[in-house]
Amino acid sequence: MASFKEELERLEAIVRALEQDDLDLDRALHLFEEGVACLKTARELLQQSELTVKRVLEAADGTLRTSRTDL
Amino acid sequence: MKAPDLFVSAGPGPGDRAWTVADVTRRARQLIEGGFTRLWVRGEVTGFKAYRSGHWYFTLRDQQAQVRCVMWRSDNLGHAAPAEGTQVFVEAQPTVWDERGEFRLTVRQLVPMDATGPWQRRLEQAKAALERDGLLDPSRKRPLPAFPSCVGVVTSPDGAALRDMVSVLRRRWPAVEVLLVPARVQGEGAEGELLQALARVNRLPQVDVVIVGRGGGAREDLWVFNAERVARAVAAQRAPTISAVGHETDVTLTDLVADHRAPTPSAAAEAAVPDRAAVAQLVATLARRLGHGLSRRTALGRERLDRTGDRLEAAMRWQLDDRANRLGRLAAGLDALSPLKVLQRGYAVARDEQGGVMKRVAQFGPGTPFRLTVSDGDVRARAAGSQPGGHS
Repeated sequence: MASFKEELERLEAIVRALEQDDLDLDRALHLFEEGVACLKTARELLQQSELTVKRVLEAADGTLRTSRTDL
Repeated sequence: MKAPDLFVSAGPGPGDRAWTVADVTRRARQLIEGGFTRLWVRGEVTGFKAYRSGHWYFTLRDQQAQVRCVMWRSDNLGHAAPAEGTQVFVEAQPTVWDERGEFRLTVRQLVPMDATGPWQRRLEQAKAALERDGLLDPSRKRPLPAFPSCVGVVTSPDGAALRDMVSVLRRRWPAVEVLLVPARVQGEGAEGELLQALARVNRLPQVDVVIVGRGGGAREDLWVFNAERVARAVAAQRAPTISAVGHETDVTLTDLVADHRAPTPSAAAEAAVPDRAAVAQLVATLARRLGHGLSRRTALGRERLDRTGDRLEAAMRWQLDDRANRLGRLAAGLDALSPLKVLQRGYAVARDEQGGVMKRVAQFGPGTPFRLTVSDGDVRARAAGSQPGGHS
């Protein structure tokens, strides 16, 4: 799963290519579609409004676990 | 047996009834003052404060213990105020401050020594050691990640610092996951807990940035963040670190080794994540440029999908230019103009064996094989003959 940073960077690269490069219609449309997909993903992440807060605990065997906590 | 009436009889006290708090503290003061003559005490001055009244208040400490001191104006006149961390001799009367039930020294004389106290000395030694190992080098500082998906927070689970940080993160970038690794941030045992917490957060691979800190407090309370081992544990973090040790004056060693120093826990949270509103603006601008980029290209390249290409192109431009600020509608609108949707309306794309698009009559010599992409798949075809005409 691409991180938000990667989505944004990919979107910026697509926009630059569409604005500058010599592309045929086919390629341009493909890039365009990919750009739309990036936009959708970015929008979904920006709309997330619930903060997740977890507490880290160490079990007796040394492994680390996380548990939800209210804050 | 009848329970004693505590207002009447309770044991060896004045009149043998229950003591008041004032009685107890007064008696304690008598005992202390009776049990100690004035004596000389040596220690390190910390938390010094001179009030407008002219009276001085400070703490005298050594490796094991500390005691609060007062030096009245009448006694301190003519003395230079002692600097933080200096080793001094005081001639003082141990006593109890009735009103607070607090053991303290009433200082009558103060003699500073040249050598600094052990705490200050240890701090300077630690700082020198860290410097020798290059841990204070500014070039060591790493940039903070632009879009972290997980923040590790090492702080007290009960303090206001954590609440402030969570509040800022929630407002600014709620998409982040906060992992709290709790530790005491002052008092006995705090150093051990901090070292343990820092070791734990370093073992979490999903953490993109670590915030270590606490709210404001007296210099003595923040001292654990001057411990050499704590500073080294912060310097050894895999992820970039933000130090947030709220204080008024000096910088702690933890502040010096961290990749970023924040003056307060809230400022640390602001540094850790981007601002959602600003990023949304950036994305909206990119969406606008995406649309413009395509519509300009279709105009420049003079590629038309069909006789109705003009209308389609105009429709695209209208959709994109006017709605570019609304991400949702933009995405939906663009989706409708996707080439796949266009194919569904009956347009076809001709491609050669290598998958390259064929646009010119000249490419279709008689008998030339090609693939035609229509709405639901590909058709293998062969050119029968061509008819120049063009739509330009």
